[in-house]
Amino acid sequence: MNDVAKVIHLHETDFEARQRPASRRWPGESALQPVTSLTERLAESAPPRSLGDLVRSAVADGIRNTADFARRRLTGDYQVDEFGRDEHLLESVILPTLRPLSDLWFRVDVNGIDNIPSTGGALVVSNHAGVVALDALMLQLAVHDRHPAHRSLRLLAADLVFETPVVGGLARKAGHTLACPADAERLLRSGEVAGVFPEGFKGIGKPYSERYKLQRFGRGGFVSAAVKTGVPIIPCSIVGSEEIYPKLADIKPLARLLGLPYFPVTPTFPHLGPLGAIPLPSKWTIEFGKPIATEDYAAEAADDPMTMFEVTDQVRETIQQTLYKLLTKRRNPFTG
Amino acid sequence: MGFGVGSDMRDGRTAGRNDQPPKVVLVTGASRFFGGNVVTRLAADPAIERVIAVDARMPSRDLLRRMGRAEFVRADIRNPFIRKVIDGNQVDTVVHPAVLSRPPAGGGRAAMKDYNVFGAMQLMAVCQKAPSVRRVVVRSSSAVYGCGPKDPAKFTEEMSARTPPKGWFARDMIEVEGFVRGMARRRPDIAATILRFAPIVGPRLAGRGVQYFRSPITPTIFGRDPRMQLLHEEDAIAVLAHAAHSAPGGTFNVAGDGALALSQAIRRAGRVELPVPMSVFQTVGRSFMGPVMREFTTEQIDYFHFGCGLDTTRMRTELGFAPRWTTVQAFDDFIGGAALRPVIDPRWIDAAENRLLGLVGAGTGAHR
Repeated sequence: MNDVAKVIHLHETDFEARQRPASRRWPGESALQPVTSLTERLAESAPPRSLGDLVRSAVADGIRNTADFARRRLTGDYQVDEFGRDEHLLESVILPTLRPLSDLWFRVDVNGIDNIPSTGGALVVSNHAGVVALDALMLQLAVHDRHPAHRSLRLLAADLVFETPVVGGLARKAGHTLACPADAERLLRSGEVAGVFPEGFKGIGKPYSERYKLQRFGRGGFVSAAVKTGVPIIPCSIVGSEEIYPKLADIKPLARLLGLPYFPVTPTFPHLGPLGAIPLPSKWTIEFGKPIATEDYAAEAADDPMTMFEVTDQVRETIQQTLYKLLTKRRNPFTG
Repeated sequence: MGFGVGSDMRDGRTAGRNDQPPKVVLVTGASRFFGGNVVTRLAADPAIERVIAVDARMPSRDLLRRMGRAEFVRADIRNPFIRKVIDGNQVDTVVHPAVLSRPPAGGGRAAMKDYNVFGAMQLMAVCQKAPSVRRVVVRSSSAVYGCGPKDPAKFTEEMSARTPPKGWFARDMIEVEGFVRGMARRRPDIAATILRFAPIVGPRLAGRGVQYFRSPITPTIFGRDPRMQLLHEEDAIAVLAHAAHSAPGGTFNVAGDGALALSQAIRRAGRVELPVPMSVFQTVGRSFMGPVMREFTTEQIDYFHFGCGLDTTRMRTELGFAPRWTTVQAFDDFIGGAALRPVIDPRWIDAAENRLLGLVGAGTGAHR
């Protein structure tokens, strides 16, 4: 048993880390000047004296930001990258929508964020659970908000995501792309941090009774992508995601009818209807492990099934051990 | 040489490298937009001795004047007479930009296939037999990659379609590419170049696609926001002329840099997007825009679902061509050519912002 003293973070300490970075721009584009106003500049020189002034300037800032956002959206004045990522929408709508869910509902704790390098490519490999891929979104938000360099995590998603209308488009805009070797290598080679869930549907759709037991890691294609591009693999363990929608049963005929990999039955879904869509407020911990270097492998190793299997196993074991370690530290799934 | 690519792509590269500039260039489809402009560009190059423009119909008077010193021969590439033109003039470079992306008016699918497939077949057969020919440049399209949810973000030249394309045009292009590769295999001394163009836009082509953006409300397919990568018309002409000069042989994707989402394109054009389910896309479109939607080809409908991205590394490194327009610039130029007025004026937002700021008494914002 682990007898390390348990530290429970009651309050978030790193408020700075949550500050949003200046939005990145493409080279060559004339940088858009931020909206400045006389009142803003006045506020800098002479701080507001009364509460009324404070409220007024806050409301005015809100109006200005909203107007600026609306203006840029309306005129299409934003950039979409080659994978379809719409940074303007991601930074101003998608991530802010997820932030309360992460900070207030799941109270996500993040350990070992420094294991993700500040520059260059890296492949984050994580466990996958919880029926709905909220863990992927929480992971993306954690890397964006908590990393000192505010790196954006580019997730590799299943083709079902891109076949589904609306969801597919949103996933592209949020910076996700199809989990295929070509896209994974393209991302890693261009120095991005990619995120992958090798368990796939086997992991996310497993019954509650098998929680925190890692499923098979596919053929380990993610390792060969990392070896080919020479980027480190960062194992990541997420605790808390299994409890959000405890899957008690699976209605297989209905799943087949709807073309889904499973149709879950949870304590609240489907009999409570839309109410069942509310995730249970479990306490989450996301821990990034020490990077596993892949530069030392020769390029030919990427085609050697034995080497790939060994590395896959090493990554899998690291994630599983970290999950057990975090679980022994946890007293209650909901209070932590 | 270090091309780590599939064997089918290597055809025509092995012995086909010849660095001397072309002396006699034959350009097909010279009465059409691309053929005519390529002729104009090549005729302006003093290094080329003769430019022979070929088409089954006469070019417009204006185009004929712009062609300058080029010689026009009225001939059909489906007719064996084309062989006399190539042999008799010692043609060493053949540029074939003539393809139909939709059935011609009054012709139907049979005429389209006749022109695209049998024309290319005849032309490739003639090139194979003509000892003077050293270089062949054929225009193809990114439609050969198809469009689907399982597509990678960017297609490289050695990838094939994940979802086999169903459209007539795409199937024609796949067949044409097959003829070119077959010819290159049998004549390894010919540098056979296939240029796969992304969808082409530009102010002079504005007549074609801009109807889609002409009505204030633009229907799109519900839940889909395709990622588009476009090519400017000037770049398309330039790369054809460039390839006629110095293409090393092989297959090349040709597209502008960057990407554009359809929703973003509609906003840049100042239109309002109306997402409708696929089943009513064409009917709604027709009621808004008249017959434009009916004329949409299968490839265009597919493209409106998922779009298509092209990897253009090989275009830069091996073909040595860099497009002047990015995707966004090309689109803006295209829209600029149509002179559209935005439906929702962005100044309304400025006015609303100022009014609201006045209401809270914070003073007006002094922005850009």
